[in-house]
Amino acid sequence: MAGHQHAAPAPVGGQLLNTTTLICGVLVAMMAAILLTRFLFGLGAVTHLNDGYPWGLWVVGDVIIGSAFACGGFSVAMLVYIFNKGEYHPLVRPALLASLFGYTLAGAGVIFDLGRWWNFWHIFWPGYSNPNSVMFEVAVCISAYIVVMWLEFSPAFLEKFGMKEQKKKLNRVLFFLVALGTLLPMMHQSSLGTLLVVMGSQVNPLWQTPAVPLLYLLSAIVIGYGVVLFESCVASSAYRRQIETNLLQPMAKVMLGVLAAYLVVRVGDLVVRGALGNAFQADLEAFVFWIEMALFVLPFVLIGSAEARRNPARLFLAGLSIMLGGVFLRINGFLIGYDTGPGWNYFPSVAEMLVTAGMFALEVLGYIVITRRFPVLPRAEAPAAH
Amino acid sequence: MTTRRNFLKGCLAGGAVAAAAVAPEAASARETHQRPPEALGLLYDATLCVGCKACVAACKQANNNPAEFSTVDKLWDTPLDTSGYTFNLIKMYRHGTSETKDAEENGYAFMKTSCMHCADPSCVSACPVSAMTKDPQTGVVGYDPDACIGCRYCVAACPFGIPKYQYDSPTGKIGKCELCRHRTKDGHYSACAEVCPTGATLYGKTSDLLAEAKRRVALKPGTWTRYPRGRIDGPDQSYEGQVGNYLQHVYGETEYGGTQVLKLSAVDFEKVGMPKLPPNSSAATSETIQHTLYGGMIMPIAVLGALAFVAKRNVAPGEDDKGGE
Repeated sequence: MAGHQHAAPAPVGGQLLNTTTLICGVLVAMMAAILLTRFLFGLGAVTHLNDGYPWGLWVVGDVIIGSAFACGGFSVAMLVYIFNKGEYHPLVRPALLASLFGYTLAGAGVIFDLGRWWNFWHIFWPGYSNPNSVMFEVAVCISAYIVVMWLEFSPAFLEKFGMKEQKKKLNRVLFFLVALGTLLPMMHQSSLGTLLVVMGSQVNPLWQTPAVPLLYLLSAIVIGYGVVLFESCVASSAYRRQIETNLLQPMAKVMLGVLAAYLVVRVGDLVVRGALGNAFQADLEAFVFWIEMALFVLPFVLIGSAEARRNPARLFLAGLSIMLGGVFLRINGFLIGYDTGPGWNYFPSVAEMLVTAGMFALEVLGYIVITRRFPVLPRAEAPAAH
Repeated sequence: MTTRRNFLKGCLAGGAVAAAAVAPEAASARETHQRPPEALGLLYDATLCVGCKACVAACKQANNNPAEFSTVDKLWDTPLDTSGYTFNLIKMYRHGTSETKDAEENGYAFMKTSCMHCADPSCVSACPVSAMTKDPQTGVVGYDPDACIGCRYCVAACPFGIPKYQYDSPTGKIGKCELCRHRTKDGHYSACAEVCPTGATLYGKTSDLLAEAKRRVALKPGTWTRYPRGRIDGPDQSYEGQVGNYLQHVYGETEYGGTQVLKLSAVDFEKVGMPKLPPNSSAATSETIQHTLYGGMIMPIAVLGALAFVAKRNVAPGEDDKGGE
């Protein structure tokens, strides 16, 4: 890979205090206030959670969707190091940084939702842990992945502080970290889907299937590429840098390939199980199913041709469409298609939404601070002409 | 050439994982668990229930739970559903004029809502920290708040909506029926069965209760028979009663591999709130998938080995030094 010529990562530089970071700061402060209330008075004080919907926005949004959105690092690292596509190397660090924040906050966010959070360590304690539980696998695997990602990303910090020796040592085991960093997301992203299986017929047949681990894994990989498209476009526009179309164009093609595989498995599974009929009923579940499918098909319309894939606006929209498709797949299975009987309703409270917004703001804040001060984004050759 | 070869290797590694994920029906398929031979449970016979709710009050007392109010005057305990503080409830089915007891049309009927103590409980399979456990002898599904992390996966998993969480407390626990396992050492048994005046709730070994249930559904409606009260193997408190118009279905005999609490009814079980469930438990499906993928960690280690082998070739030593240039 040494043969590939591309710009080395370098700090973007510039002011840390601006309108964006200020808004993010306010959102984070609001989140802190709500969380204080939650820890003093219980989950019922700030959330609309109930026994019909014991999992709400924080679990389904912040953890299940949040971690899928954080698959950019996994998807790109797999392309570069496992499929040996070295030309995508400049995308690795920025994608890994976003993943690092996404996962670290999803992991921390779990604590807000745990009713008896002070016992959290039981998951890792052999006397308590239950390997039959899908939740156990998810929790252990996500925790391990967060550690692996910090190590994978640490060269950026080691460079900044000029720790050449440590960096050399790390480089010798980097291949193993890369392998772990590919295996672990495969494990827990599929298991996040398997969480549905034990819920049985409470989950609509459109989303309850033994193939759910494969569906969640494939969709997470696709979402990973979608997020990279989305973030590359946002970062280029926010930092007024040239967009990496020469990299994003072929990567988007890879994304469409995995997306096609996902759709084949998705539709094939529905046909084999005889569940397709549920998609043609006049109910909310069928309606949201078609929105979900439309969002996953839309990228083929938007960026089906090589010509279209050179258009940054189309790449951005395709990335967004994939991300929203992933949101629907997960919300449909865990909330809209999840029915515990008459009388139960759930819609997140404003406080729940503010906490999710606060978490997102914290991610954006961290991304800005680190890309401006640490070598993450490729060194800009010249300012973009837009 | 090297690039292409490595690319193909990567494809192989990825394919192995994908193949593993789509082949859950492998050798390690986990069968649905059956009840232990000495399993304890309840038999609830809706045709005998008069809706007095003595069992609801006794359950509150036995579990030291506070009253819950649904009326303005808040005079006495009036929960509308089971909750983190109400582990047992008698619900009512009403149709049309509600004239006739145990009639589906223009009738009414009662149904007990409490833990079914499944042979293969979803909550036990779901719990990541073994706070929900099934006693190997009695089969009672117990809860340990000191182990619980409050993730509420058990709440989401249970098809009967039984484990409930105390959302109003910063240290909320899960609440559910544990068949009064804390009272057995004093010679007591399930409070709901102890106080039931008509024997609608009967305590005992599930095998005995199942035989009793089958005896009842085989009787001719309208004839007279003896109904035991309290515990089926206890002192005789039986009385002569008229046989109800039973459905030919002992609920819990086969549902999800069977439950230790069994139910008889004259009104369709789905109409009185008991879900239609297959004979295979979803816990078995879930654990089959997990054990196929992770049994002995063989598959993850093999995949890790393949990935490390490929990555070792693709991650050039010191490649990240480019960043420092």
